[in-house]
Amino acid sequence: MGLLGDAFVWLNDPLNWQGRGGVPFLTYEHLYISFLAVALAALVAMPTALLLGHTGRGGGLTVAVTNVSRAIPTLALLTVFAATSIGFGNRATILALAVFAVPPLLTNTYVGIRGVDPDIVEAARGMGLSERSILLRVELPLSVPLIAAGVRTAAVQVVATATLAALVGGGGLGTIINEGFGQQDRPQILAGGLLVAFLALLTEGALALVQRQVTPGRERRRLLPAARRSSDAVGAGAVEATWADEEDDRQTVAVP
Amino acid sequence: MALSSGSAVAHAGASVFAVDEPANPWFTWAYVRDNSGDLQRALEEHVVLTVQAVALGLLIAFPLALLAHRYRRLAAPVLGITGVLYTIPSLALFAFITPISFFGLRQRTVLVGLVIYALLILVRNILAGLEGVPADVREAAQGMGYGRARMLWNVELPVAAPAIMAGIRVATVSTVALVTVGVIVGYGGLGGLILRGFQNNFYRAEIVTASLLTVALGLTFDLLLAGATRLVTPWARGR
Repeated sequence: MGLLGDAFVWLNDPLNWQGRGGVPFLTYEHLYISFLAVALAALVAMPTALLLGHTGRGGGLTVAVTNVSRAIPTLALLTVFAATSIGFGNRATILALAVFAVPPLLTNTYVGIRGVDPDIVEAARGMGLSERSILLRVELPLSVPLIAAGVRTAAVQVVATATLAALVGGGGLGTIINEGFGQQDRPQILAGGLLVAFLALLTEGALALVQRQVTPGRERRRLLPAARRSSDAVGAGAVEATWADEEDDRQTVAVP
Repeated sequence: MALSSGSAVAHAGASVFAVDEPANPWFTWAYVRDNSGDLQRALEEHVVLTVQAVALGLLIAFPLALLAHRYRRLAAPVLGITGVLYTIPSLALFAFITPISFFGLRQRTVLVGLVIYALLILVRNILAGLEGVPADVREAAQGMGYGRARMLWNVELPVAAPAIMAGIRVATVSTVALVTVGVIVGYGGLGGLILRGFQNNFYRAEIVTASLLTVALGLTFDLLLAGATRLVTPWARGR
């Protein structure tokens, strides 16, 4: 197919691999933006979810946050941030992406903590552990597999959406696609699309490996197929409770 | 707007030497009034694209999910392929579709992309719903002499209805948000206004109005579908 061939010609052109507009630099910028966004989101979401999970409150809140965030277009938030005093560019991008990384981290951490066997928590309490120790030394380690699943979902989603930053003057690999559209350069559009898709799949694969590593053997059978589903679950909806009906915990808990 | 721009002019006249920023409020009703035509057109485009995408997605997702449910061997590849496709960023997906869409229409490019994403969410949720039907319920129906078709229609689909409706809701709300990305090919509903506001020197009122309308549209769809869920699952109401 001619067009695909042209896209590979574009990818093979050394000119496209040099300098600040080159593929390596844009890839680095893309990953750098994504990493900071996820880190920022984790800084906000994790402590909140740990507390909410430990006290058992806020199930409805996490569900509501997830639902509302789904209705907000990334493009809208990117643009709104760009129009504030934050200005456009990478800083606004990182903030906007972090907002979208919060729900999966929040939900998964919360569900992970809630999912810890209450008997174990009771036993720890009986042994005289303080609430703080119970949270940090019992509940947190036991929910690492689910938290890892949340990080994976969030990271893959952020890497994917970071592409949109190019529309509002940000950097990253989306720039290639955006320029391609601007110049009606179809091979470049396709080449950019291939690069972005490749990076997203690579991130997914790498984090899937990490997630496998931190999931104990006996849990793998139980969690990984579910976690596999959870990546769409959070993205695509197994947290099906809604504004109106947070009728039971089962729904939120059943699907990580 | 007339008032505020008037005061801005007066203000600028007062301090000629200062570099004065013109008033750029986040929201004014004047903007809504003056641009009601544009807003209405964009909203209409947005609604039409969303409804078309979800409807087409459902048309394709249902047979796919039923096939995967019926022939277990198909489930893994169907879920695998949909998972990979879902990972691909929307902008990249539009990038793939655009050069191939010789049929040319920009609207169709956006629609194809939206259908693909909606499809993925729907297939998974329908399949999950069908798989979630308890085995003893199915057995009981079998014992009562239900055939495959009748079992699907009278037992499995009603039991799976809440999960399926949840899938439709998520797919719809996500689609509303995703339509905005279509602006890259010049057909993004309210996203067109958002980006126009950005390009017109950060025209805040335009950006914020279009953004709020998009979110409101998503939430409206969600509430409507929540109502529809109660209608199709009357037995779940009293709980």
